[in-house]
Amino acid sequence: MISYMLQQLLNGLSLGGAYALIAIGYTMVYGILRMINFAHGDEFMMAGYFMIFSLAVFPWYVAVPFVILCTIVLGVLIERVAYKPLRNAPRMSVMISAIGISYLLQNLANYLFTAMPQSYPQIDILKHVYEFGSISVSRVTIIAPVLTIVLTVLLVLLVNHTKLGMAMRACSKDQETARIMGIRVDNIITITFVIGCGLAAVGSILYFTDRNTVQPYSGSLPGLKCFVAAVIGGIGNIQGAVLGGFIVGICQIVITAMGYSVFSDAFTFALLVIILIFKPSGLFGEKAVQKV
Amino acid sequence: MKKTFVIALSCMLMASLVGCGSSSSSTSSTGGASGDTIKIGIFEPKTGENGGGGAQEELAIEYANYVRPTVTVGGKEYKIELDWQDNQSDKTVAVTAAQKLISDGVVGVVGGYGSGVCIAAGSYFADAQIPAIGTSCTNANVTLGNDYYFRACYLDPFQGEVMANWAYSNGYTEVATIDNIGNEYTSGLVKTFTDSFAELGGTVVDAETFQTNESDFKAILTNIKNSGVKAVFAPTDYLYAPLLLNQAHDLGLDVQWIAGDTWYSNVLIQDAGDNANGVVADTFYSEGGNPEFDEGFKAWLNEDASRKATNLDTDAIVGNHAVSYDAYMVLIEAIEEADSLEGAAIREALASLNASEGFACGPYSFDVNGDAVKDTSYICQITDGEWKYQSTETVK
Repeated sequence: MISYMLQQLLNGLSLGGAYALIAIGYTMVYGILRMINFAHGDEFMMAGYFMIFSLAVFPWYVAVPFVILCTIVLGVLIERVAYKPLRNAPRMSVMISAIGISYLLQNLANYLFTAMPQSYPQIDILKHVYEFGSISVSRVTIIAPVLTIVLTVLLVLLVNHTKLGMAMRACSKDQETARIMGIRVDNIITITFVIGCGLAAVGSILYFTDRNTVQPYSGSLPGLKCFVAAVIGGIGNIQGAVLGGFIVGICQIVITAMGYSVFSDAFTFALLVIILIFKPSGLFGEKAVQKV
Repeated sequence: MKKTFVIALSCMLMASLVGCGSSSSSTSSTGGASGDTIKIGIFEPKTGENGGGGAQEELAIEYANYVRPTVTVGGKEYKIELDWQDNQSDKTVAVTAAQKLISDGVVGVVGGYGSGVCIAAGSYFADAQIPAIGTSCTNANVTLGNDYYFRACYLDPFQGEVMANWAYSNGYTEVATIDNIGNEYTSGLVKTFTDSFAELGGTVVDAETFQTNESDFKAILTNIKNSGVKAVFAPTDYLYAPLLLNQAHDLGLDVQWIAGDTWYSNVLIQDAGDNANGVVADTFYSEGGNPEFDEGFKAWLNEDASRKATNLDTDAIVGNHAVSYDAYMVLIEAIEEADSLEGAAIREALASLNASEGFACGPYSFDVNGDAVKDTSYICQITDGEWKYQSTETVK
């Protein structure tokens, strides 16, 4: 029984780890731009396709950085084309533009790679299976949560203890004032997208290695769930997004394991509603300051 | 310059309008025949979760059309033109595809892969009085209560019974089942399997479920591992097969996998690799059943590299090929039998059809519901990275 629970917990942690990495992308972009990048889930899906093509050509140690690079280029390109021209437009316009990009990416993938699920290449070093008594886990299951926590710690250090991080925090507080202080706001925004997309690419490798297939819509539901995770943790807060990712991942596994798989998606979104009603700023969210 | 362009454009527009008018008037008078050609609608998923199986069936239909490109009605030979519509494995798109076929004035329809799309489109074909022959749609509701939908393959309940028989007679008395909630095919098979298995004396110890589009099966697979069964019946859509097998491997779940005809595909060997070894599935047809069909189809596949590529770079023949080929042949046979291009007449001919020649896995006759009368299924197993014929199960 204990080994059974431990096994389910590991399943939940590995799913949660991948969710957490994607949730960071949502939360960072929100923190700086005050917009929800609805295309983030689809950038994650595109990273899956990039991996399929690059692993066909390169060995894994070249393919992984190459995929991260491609995803970053895609994310920055989207920011430049679809979000930057709307910098001074109402926030709602940028959000709608993001929804447009999301559908554009899905349909583009449908057109370029067909709707047939493509089989995701197996990276042997990630697929090694360990056996501990009756528990057996693949290496990726262990790597996912560990890598997530390491990357989060690095990111938090970057934001809180470097000049760049200070600039990012300044932009998130007040862009106009930050610009007056000599911070190149556009560069900071680009860097935010670079970090967000890079982490989404890593998340995509962890997520798809366990699932073996990529199709044009495989980013939409995980994308929504990670958005929920970011809101639960308090959107705009990195540690919160990571915690939210783990909460959503573990809840999903626990509910399915209890035999209520019908409600596993419904529960995630019910959680969103509950959080929004009782603690709208999320678990770690910034407190809304009322200016009198 | 601009003016000439405008004039040319309007001329083209007029011409196309005139073209439309003439073709539609001829359609209404002769019921789908314009000049010397008639149209047969192909209702298959090219894309979506069943895109792989749909593509294989389309190949077999194309081959059937190559073998028998014409049909003689009233002493006149008509060339058969295939009207391909992609139902995208999606119930909503399926209706649009069906309506397109109806407005194109097809004489009959062949397809398709997956029961859900056929059920969604069935009433439209019936209302338009266009007879349709299902290929590998195995759910009872495709033909039940629909006078115009016939079926070349057997039914879901039959498959559940066959696999329950197989499992019990191979020494598995306790099994787990995996059901996809909201999927008619999977739920239908799981239900008949559970009933027949209980009748035989076995027990389903663990009944797991998942939702459509789920990709993380670790939770339910851990439950199955915990239940200690030696065999799992998982008649899911193909999409989930490699996921289940690979994730089961990672969790150290070593069981006999039993599935329905959807898993009987060479893609599975490609997608799941070594983890697919040992999987058992049933199929409408196994290579070697009809050497003449095997040889002809293989030669045709090898003729063109793109055909072979669509068939996943092999010339191996699966059940879907055979039933799709037969579905087309049955329809042509019925049109000749009826000696008419009217839907109602072809329907009558199908209902009373008793044909034995020219099929891959014939003879064909249909029962009152419009289902092909069959009692045999071929059980195959993956051994050493290849589907091998294992046994033939007959149900009384």
